[in-house]
Amino acid sequence: MRRIALWFLATLSTVVLLFGYRTSTSSTMPAQVAAAAPSTAADPTTSAPSTGGTATNTVTGTTASTRWGPVQVQISVARGKVTAVNVVQYPNGNGKDQEINSYAIPTLVQETLSAQSAKIDMVSGATVTSDGYLTSLQSALDKAGIA
Amino acid sequence: MKLVEERIVRHVEHVMGMPISLALRGRHADDDAAWRYALAELRHVDAVFSTYRPDSVISRLGRGEITEADCPPEVHEVLALARQTERASGGAFSAWRAGALDPSGVVKGWAVERSAAALRSLEDTDFCLSAGGDMLGRALDPDRPWRIGIEDPHDTRRVLATLAVHDGAVATSGASRRGQHIVDARTGLPPAGVASVTVVTGSLTWADIDATAAYAQGPDAATWLGHRVGRAGLVVWADGSTTAVGAAAP
Repeated sequence: MRRIALWFLATLSTVVLLFGYRTSTSSTMPAQVAAAAPSTAADPTTSAPSTGGTATNTVTGTTASTRWGPVQVQISVARGKVTAVNVVQYPNGNGKDQEINSYAIPTLVQETLSAQSAKIDMVSGATVTSDGYLTSLQSALDKAGIA
Repeated sequence: MKLVEERIVRHVEHVMGMPISLALRGRHADDDAAWRYALAELRHVDAVFSTYRPDSVISRLGRGEITEADCPPEVHEVLALARQTERASGGAFSAWRAGALDPSGVVKGWAVERSAAALRSLEDTDFCLSAGGDMLGRALDPDRPWRIGIEDPHDTRRVLATLAVHDGAVATSGASRRGQHIVDARTGLPPAGVASVTVVTGSLTWADIDATAAYAQGPDAATWLGHRVGRAGLVVWADGSTTAVGAAAP
């Protein structure tokens, strides 16, 4: 039961981690799950509470496999509520990680370039209105292709 | 290796007050039907969502003449995206400002992505579809991606950076062309310190939304974008310095 709860919490956190959306439910759901989690446990690892009921327990969940790689989550619980969630292991530096971060990072070009010498097909910039279009680099590219 | 650059066929039309540019290469590069379909889709979206047209569905909804329940499914889809983005940006991005409904920050990328469906169905054909500087491209040959230049917001005759797109989207938000039209919805003020934000990701809907939402956050633009999984990008600051976002772990 405990393992299932922790697995679920880890999986939930994984989903939150992967998609990065701050939804209205993400802060309340772990707390509900945590209510089912015990305050002390031998496995998964737990730091034993040193004093009374106000102590914060730090619990590390088991490693969960995801399609992107292993994820492990550590939570801090005080008075039956989750006070902190840390991801101690996350997909990193492997092929699967590249898969989700596979979009090219823009490379700075050092000197002034004309559209022709830069060998570019399209230009991305702050929204070009039809009025401003004629002055834009894109219009030069379009013209080159249509001529 | 090909010795001759494959011919690129280009089209331009003005819809929704901005130039729509298409580049095609490959087997069906001369097929006009998909281009016409894409334009028809964009005109339809404009008729539904334009805040400049008093008879559009969104204008009537904004005036309270109709309710959300009366609206076509695409309005529900766009408003759901707007709500999702408002939450994800901590309120910096909002389609509801000073009591007025204006989801145009969400509509553009979403509409262009939708309109590209016909282009995507062209076999053995590469396409790159741009709407006023925000684009979606597919290049089938891994050695021949679309090469995208990022405009310098301080000198729009210059390209500041380049990137390759194999199958994905690039969107840029900033103030350089239309003047200051994006504000932080929490303060009602234009963001400070940031000149433009470019986002690269798989979907133009999200590239466009995230570029606007990051830009609206001013000095926090790069930090916020860095926490969005699966995004790369470039933030150009008001002082001309830049921050590249999304560097994969070494």
